[in-house]
Amino acid sequence: MSGPTGEVYRVDRLPGTDVLLGTCHCGAEHTAEDPAAMWEWLLAHPEGHLPRRIDP
Amino acid sequence: MPHMTAFARNQWYVVAHSHEVGRELLGRTVLGEPLVLYRAEDDGRPVVLHDRCVHRRYPLSASGLDGDRIVCGYHGFTYDRTGACVYVPGQRRVPRTARVASYPVAEQDALVWVWIGDPARADPGSIPRAPHLDSPGWVTVGGMESVDADYGLLVDNLLDLSHETYLHGGHIGTPEVAETPITTEVDEGAGVVRVSRHMDDAECPPFYARSTGIGGRITRWQDIEYHAPCLYLLHSRIAPVGVVPGPDGSDPHGFHTEITYAVTPSAEGRVYDFWMVSRDWATDDAEVGEFLRSSNRAVVLQDVDALNLLQRTLGTERTGYQELSINIDTGGLAARRILARLVEEGGKPVEEVR
Repeated sequence: MSGPTGEVYRVDRLPGTDVLLGTCHCGAEHTAEDPAAMWEWLLAHPEGHLPRRIDP
Repeated sequence: MPHMTAFARNQWYVVAHSHEVGRELLGRTVLGEPLVLYRAEDDGRPVVLHDRCVHRRYPLSASGLDGDRIVCGYHGFTYDRTGACVYVPGQRRVPRTARVASYPVAEQDALVWVWIGDPARADPGSIPRAPHLDSPGWVTVGGMESVDADYGLLVDNLLDLSHETYLHGGHIGTPEVAETPITTEVDEGAGVVRVSRHMDDAECPPFYARSTGIGGRITRWQDIEYHAPCLYLLHSRIAPVGVVPGPDGSDPHGFHTEITYAVTPSAEGRVYDFWMVSRDWATDDAEVGEFLRSSNRAVVLQDVDALNLLQRTLGTERTGYQELSINIDTGGLAARRILARLVEEGGKPVEEVR
């Protein structure tokens, strides 16, 4: 059986646009207009997911 | 041949509301497996057996109970609650192979769940909870409808509530449902999809206006939790516009309604749509209860008609037809991916998935 992982993928719509913002559990972000393409990107983790940028 | 979502085995599925399982034999089909259910006199627990007599395949659900034994209505083969045949007519020896399969069963939150798959892997602790269905202070109305459609179509339907505006206008749909953007979260490992739509200033649909008495516009929140493959929870909150919970979480002016569905594939192209509406307000008002029951049943029947039509239509499509998905489908697409994974895992031998 599957169990909770705490690894949550999130997709929001950017306010005032039709653009989706995807956030991976690793912190990587991606924008797309097609939800199918968005899930392709998110669930490909870690492929193509740049590490979260930490600003000084 | 239209697209059919494959079945995910090695999973728990709702087979009945608790109140449906009693001393009358009940026949249901889950993932293509014919089942007979009854409640044992001995300890009050539900029993689920394969619904075919080993002799000539007569449906045991069309037979009778003698205590906690099913007596086949055709020739009298008699089965105990474990599925073992304990009597055959006209001879003393009961053939060793005379046994029908018994299924792991669990009763939780006023639902009866059956495990379809390898019995050794059945863990009742993995069944998702819906505590509002059986908690003090909550009242639930509900029912079940059969839909002649692929269960994937029902999952699609429930994960995208923008269809309320167009299919369920006059009951639960208002323009704001389709207009308001959603937020989607997926816990891939847990197999849970969450879709949230928070409407700050919305028309109050008749379903809530008549039951709560709110006259003006409302703040309406819809928070979906889909626990693939079977359980769907819609946490609904409505309140007069601008009224939100306090910083401590208290919410005395909000109306909380829990709308629960169980999506149980019956056979290819057929799905059981179990539905329940639970409230912790107006709990002693039978008129409100009857209004919510009849209104939600009307909504479910609109879905049934639409999905029956859609399934028939897909049956006329050429193989490989295209769909077009947009933002509203984000949750539904996530659910399809999780179901595909569960189907794959359910088809693997035990050692590969552990």
